[in-house]
Amino acid sequence: MDQASASPFKKTPLYARHCASGARMVPFGGWEMPLEYSGIADEHMAVRERAGLFDVSHMGEIEIAGKQALDAVQRVSCNDAARLQVGQAQYSGLLTPDGTYVDDLLVYRLASQHFLLVVNASHIAADYAHIASRIGSVGDAVAVDASSRYALLAVQGPSAAQLLQTLTGVDLGSLAYYGFAHGEVASVRATISRTGYTGEDGFEIFVAPQSADRLWLAITRAGQGVGLLPCGLGARDTLRLEAAMRLHGSDIDESTTALEAGLGWTVGWHKPDFVGAEALRKQKAEGVRRKLAGFELVDAGIARPGCEVYVGNDKVGAVTSGTRTPFLKKSIGMVYLPAELARPGIEIEVDIRGRRARAVVVPMPFYPKRAPAVRAEP
Amino acid sequence: MVYPAQFKYTKDHEWMDLSGDRAKVGITDYAQQQLGDVVYVELPAVGTALKAGQSFGTIESVKAVSEIYAPVSGEVVEVNSALKGSPEVINQDPHGAWLIVLKLANPAEAGTLLEASQYAALVK
Repeated sequence: MDQASASPFKKTPLYARHCASGARMVPFGGWEMPLEYSGIADEHMAVRERAGLFDVSHMGEIEIAGKQALDAVQRVSCNDAARLQVGQAQYSGLLTPDGTYVDDLLVYRLASQHFLLVVNASHIAADYAHIASRIGSVGDAVAVDASSRYALLAVQGPSAAQLLQTLTGVDLGSLAYYGFAHGEVASVRATISRTGYTGEDGFEIFVAPQSADRLWLAITRAGQGVGLLPCGLGARDTLRLEAAMRLHGSDIDESTTALEAGLGWTVGWHKPDFVGAEALRKQKAEGVRRKLAGFELVDAGIARPGCEVYVGNDKVGAVTSGTRTPFLKKSIGMVYLPAELARPGIEIEVDIRGRRARAVVVPMPFYPKRAPAVRAEP
Repeated sequence: MVYPAQFKYTKDHEWMDLSGDRAKVGITDYAQQQLGDVVYVELPAVGTALKAGQSFGTIESVKAVSEIYAPVSGEVVEVNSALKGSPEVINQDPHGAWLIVLKLANPAEAGTLLEASQYAALVK
């Protein structure tokens, strides 16, 4: 593999490891990432039944610190960060003044006035610019794009805790869902959070980039006994779709509000002013006019993103995410429907290359998330 | 993978099982492996006239939607409609799951197709 040849894409510290493992590499959000190793279906089922290992080092990390760091985070992130204890994280959104998505993210409280925001790979610069331009007026808080200081690995699946425990002194049994702790994993300094994008119990491990390969190898070895597989972006997408987790750029973007996306639960309604607050409060009072709904095909085929959705002769929306997933073995997807149609049981049709395939609105998630035994209320 | 010796093959990964002036047409094991799980098959109506190389339908898998091409010219005299309900048979038994039966317009065209050994070499 000639790594010296010029590539316009960025590479994670594990690039050489992926190539050596025979991964099929593809461009994604400006990065060269593994799409699959042994096959998307294999990898998906490994995560559902045993464990899978993902390189998500391409994600961005933006740190906000300073005497008014909490106020700054409260201004730009829609969820209520004041509810976070040190050692807790929460899912949130960076919103526009219209209440729509600049990006979705996780907010970690590292210390009383020190926060880590984990954002999507393709949006790091845009997110940083959005944050920096809005927190200048909030005391002396500063935002730093610290992405180059972190590599990030995810271990997901019912056997993730068992295999990871063999590598760390951190007591994973008492690490609550959405909690995180600092310690060592395979003798590498790390921060372990009980978070993920698969719908299974699992962990995301932040380490220095130079330690990423050693950690990957250690987890791979420890995982041999439980049948751990390396997993790429293909399985990452089918897994998150079954768990009905939104994908920024597909299901949520600058044209969709948090309420329309069914993410009103991530909004800190009682917070003082935050970017998007006024628009969301207005929308809440007036009633949302369209909602993100999950559906399942009744007829054969696959509903792919962009396929138009009909009720009778009326076009009512277009598929935002959709595929046939390996665990459920059904064609599922999401679509924004007029609010009155976004109810389980409503019959719709999806236009698949000129053919109308029957489908039905179903509750989300399509696959029930398997929350770990110990939960905290963030 | 053993490619049946009595079949003829195309570069587009179709097989043809000729008997007199009738031929069953399907896709090869290589093709079904490349496609992944087949979820839907669109086939032509009985009576459709096809020229050699003309597309006569599509096979849809998670990965892609692929056209299928007539190996030789002829008229569609039978369509395997059972595949609508069980498209996965194409993955399970690619050399048994026929898609259409063609009545050949010009039997001499069969001579331009690949033999099993030639096709196997192509997809090695």
